[in-house]
Amino acid sequence: MNEYFVIIFGSIFISNIVLVQFLGICSFLGVSKDLKSALGMGGAVTFVMALASAISWLVYNYLLKRFHLEFLQTIAFILTIASLVQFVEMFLKKFMPPLYKAMGIYLPLITTNCAILGIAILNISKDYSFMQSVTNGIANALGYTLALVLLSGIRERLELSNIPKAFQGVPIYLITASCMSMAFIGFTGLV
Amino acid sequence: MNNIIIAVIILGAIGGVFGLILSIAAKKLAVETDPRLDAILDVLPGVNCGACGFPGCAGLADAIVKGESNPSGCLVAKGNEAELIAEIMGIEATIGELRKVAQLHCNGGLANTTEIYKYHGYLNCHAAITQFAGSRSCLFGCVGLGDCSHACPFGAITMNENDLPEVDYALCTGCGICVKECPQKLFELVSIDHLTHVRCNNLDKGKLAKDQCKVACISCGICEKNCPSDAIHVLGTPTGNIARIDYDKCTNCGICVEKCPTKAIQQLSEIDPTIVFIQNEEEKTGCSGCAGCNICATEK
Repeated sequence: MNEYFVIIFGSIFISNIVLVQFLGICSFLGVSKDLKSALGMGGAVTFVMALASAISWLVYNYLLKRFHLEFLQTIAFILTIASLVQFVEMFLKKFMPPLYKAMGIYLPLITTNCAILGIAILNISKDYSFMQSVTNGIANALGYTLALVLLSGIRERLELSNIPKAFQGVPIYLITASCMSMAFIGFTGLV
Repeated sequence: MNNIIIAVIILGAIGGVFGLILSIAAKKLAVETDPRLDAILDVLPGVNCGACGFPGCAGLADAIVKGESNPSGCLVAKGNEAELIAEIMGIEATIGELRKVAQLHCNGGLANTTEIYKYHGYLNCHAAITQFAGSRSCLFGCVGLGDCSHACPFGAITMNENDLPEVDYALCTGCGICVKECPQKLFELVSIDHLTHVRCNNLDKGKLAKDQCKVACISCGICEKNCPSDAIHVLGTPTGNIARIDYDKCTNCGICVEKCPTKAIQQLSEIDPTIVFIQNEEEKTGCSGCAGCNICATEK
């Protein structure tokens, strides 16, 4: 039980996927314009990351490891995740239209998100069991959602502030993101 | 050598299995969409302003296909779109009424009002309005921080040197976003054939209103007495009085404009009925250069 707590706490705060490991920066800046889309993206990432962790763990341990093809993990995971996201999209469109409408536009964005692939590879390199991989996936996605929600909250305030012209737009978001990153580095060494 | 063959087989098998699953899923899970929906969506302007009352252009296209809205439902379209949509649907287009543009019920600004305090807050009307209804002396008028001009998706509203929003009637599509956005409720959508407008929203009594703004409506009723077509009235509201024009009766004769002692009523020259429709080439804030532009969620 203790190790699961360590995984969850560690993934959300100590090694936050966006702010400490610098994965998924693209969507971090792209979809944090307002709170609503940040939560939508967070939900979609949580969903996909949990599934991707599970499936890629199975592919690695039951296919690649068995035939000693560990060196193929990157390409195999990309293949797995891309088809998984495609399948999930079709499935949602057919059976859960409200959910598809809520996260539909974010799903294709996730296909090429390095955060998903990063977690799949991290699960393997840390030698996690199946349950630990899924936990790690969900916890990292929550960390991602947290970072996104925090930045979107700040960005909503920034919209109303009087920012010097040179810093308007992306520059101020990058400065904000780096300040947040430094704040999160403060968690280092807690566990 | 053996290793390579196994690698190719395994990777090929993974790809093949997933491909098979996806192709079966694409057939089994296919959701049938009406081909007319996409055709109509192509014709619509695609600015998703919501003026039609549906959630974006896709919402309107959906409603048209279902028969809940008519082909001229889009208020932004210039007219030719309605015919194209009607053609797609195979029905006659109903020609809509004259287009509407936003008219401002305020002419205060820097020139006619005084500043009662220095405002140093968020440069946003909704924020400024919480502090004594803005820094201008008139409690009912324009705050002058341009929420409307920021909100206008067509770039039709600019703040002039007087700190008042100026509507470019050639660009205004009558989407009504500024009407909702203005915290003082100063905008009204008026058909373009109406040219006479009361440019004031001040409900206070004569002297009080005049003290707040040089061109305030002082509810004197001179316009009402002189109007030949009974179109302008000083309306009593629970909080005060203001002259308002009944646009159905107004003939644009301009008598009230001449008679108004405070010049609160203005007459416009004719408005061109065609819209210059410019798709706003705004900078795409939030673009992270991921190259997924056709599926981009950061920019509508």
